[in-house]
Amino acid sequence: MKRVVITGAGTINSLGHSVPDTLEAMREGRCGISQLEFRDVERLAIQIGGQVRGFEAEGRFNRQQMTLYDRFTQFTLTAAKEAIDQSGIEFHGDIAARSGVVLGTAGGGVSTWDDNYRSVYEDGKNRVHPFVVPKLMNNAAASHVSMEHNLKGPSFTVSTACASSNHAMALAFQMVRSGAAPAMLTGGSESMLCFGGVKAWEGLRVMSKDACRPFSANRNGMVQGEGAGVFVFEDYDHAKARSADILCEVVGFAMTSDASDIVMPSKQGAARAMSGALADAKLNADQVGYINAHGTGTAANDKTECAAVADVFGPHADDLMISSTKSMHGHLIGGTGAVELLACIMALRDGVIAPTIGYEEPDPECALDVVPNDAREARVDVALSNAFAFGGLNAVLALKKV
Amino acid sequence: MSITDRVIAIIAEQAVLEPSDVTPESTLEDLGIDSLGLVESIFAIEEEFDISIPFNANEPTASDFDISNVAAIIAGIEKLVSEKV
Repeated sequence: MKRVVITGAGTINSLGHSVPDTLEAMREGRCGISQLEFRDVERLAIQIGGQVRGFEAEGRFNRQQMTLYDRFTQFTLTAAKEAIDQSGIEFHGDIAARSGVVLGTAGGGVSTWDDNYRSVYEDGKNRVHPFVVPKLMNNAAASHVSMEHNLKGPSFTVSTACASSNHAMALAFQMVRSGAAPAMLTGGSESMLCFGGVKAWEGLRVMSKDACRPFSANRNGMVQGEGAGVFVFEDYDHAKARSADILCEVVGFAMTSDASDIVMPSKQGAARAMSGALADAKLNADQVGYINAHGTGTAANDKTECAAVADVFGPHADDLMISSTKSMHGHLIGGTGAVELLACIMALRDGVIAPTIGYEEPDPECALDVVPNDAREARVDVALSNAFAFGGLNAVLALKKV
Repeated sequence: MSITDRVIAIIAEQAVLEPSDVTPESTLEDLGIDSLGLVESIFAIEEEFDISIPFNANEPTASDFDISNVAAIIAGIEKLVSEKV
């Protein structure tokens, strides 16, 4: 079995258009959630979100690319470039032939669906652009990354709602650990902040109209975000041989299914995923210093997640830190685990724990150290990243300081 | 603008060329327009003239619509536009 390290990271989200900008925002506890701006927003009951601002696709991409790149693909390509540039890895010859791209997304080209449905249903047009299908398909982003960077190994897209990115990164980890691939581009992307995308979520009645306040007693729901996170997962020996800067090591993962309810979370499913990741990484529970929570800010998730942490960690649950950065960047749905992995890397590499902002009132059912409102300096050797999706599909990654 | 000028403008944009570089004798291959570029051009022409062009990418030669060069495309469009009125 190979050791697997992360040698490059890239992102774009409502907190920043790069990893350094995003980490700075997390350190400062800045909020990227604000009034949404897009067509027909006035017809929505929910009008806030973590929207990416100031991202001009024109200028970054040429006209032909623009006709093929949905916003979720644009985000992915932007993040992938940052990750590969940082890593310094070059894909040619045998390395290119065996390295691939595994990305998560829940909705794929949601705004392409939305725009074209509007065009044929509302505007009564009878013709759509010929590239609607290749633009909206869920694997479009993974395919364009493979084309742009010459990755010719295993490439595909994973779609498990809010756990998509974590499932994708867990699969990429397995491929590098097994020796099947020397490196993998992995992470995820989402762009659902359009009329239809938000309207669909509105229907579930789980969205907050004012803020995402995970673990706070007065929390009143989740807030959507958008963006992408992409990483270079690389064989440790390969990274060492080329003297790459190593951000951290990926040491284990677990995936579980609740097999119980399509939307309600399960304490057992979440707990089995966390303890499974520890077992896979051959770690003791008391080695974990930080957990990046799924922490959606809904009544159901936060108390269930805290109860699961208490079950897995016992008395050590009171010693570790657990925060939800969704309070700052919103819930990126299929891309969320990827952006949240950045908070784990910051904890391990920089010794800075991203806070849970918007925390106003302690909730006895979430009585853990949620790093309220202000970032904290602390040495952390092991971090977990949780993702618990609708459908009861859970994926947890374990990371270690190098 | 005449139908010819409008079609040439669409094809030139697709080929990333100046309209003056697109002649009636040019074939799509000469202009560097591939199969995806062709369906995109057809879409743009349909939008411009509010016509429906009978074209199936699986059988490009099966319909009456001749795409062998720019002049043939223009002739086909002129016919479709005249039939519309």
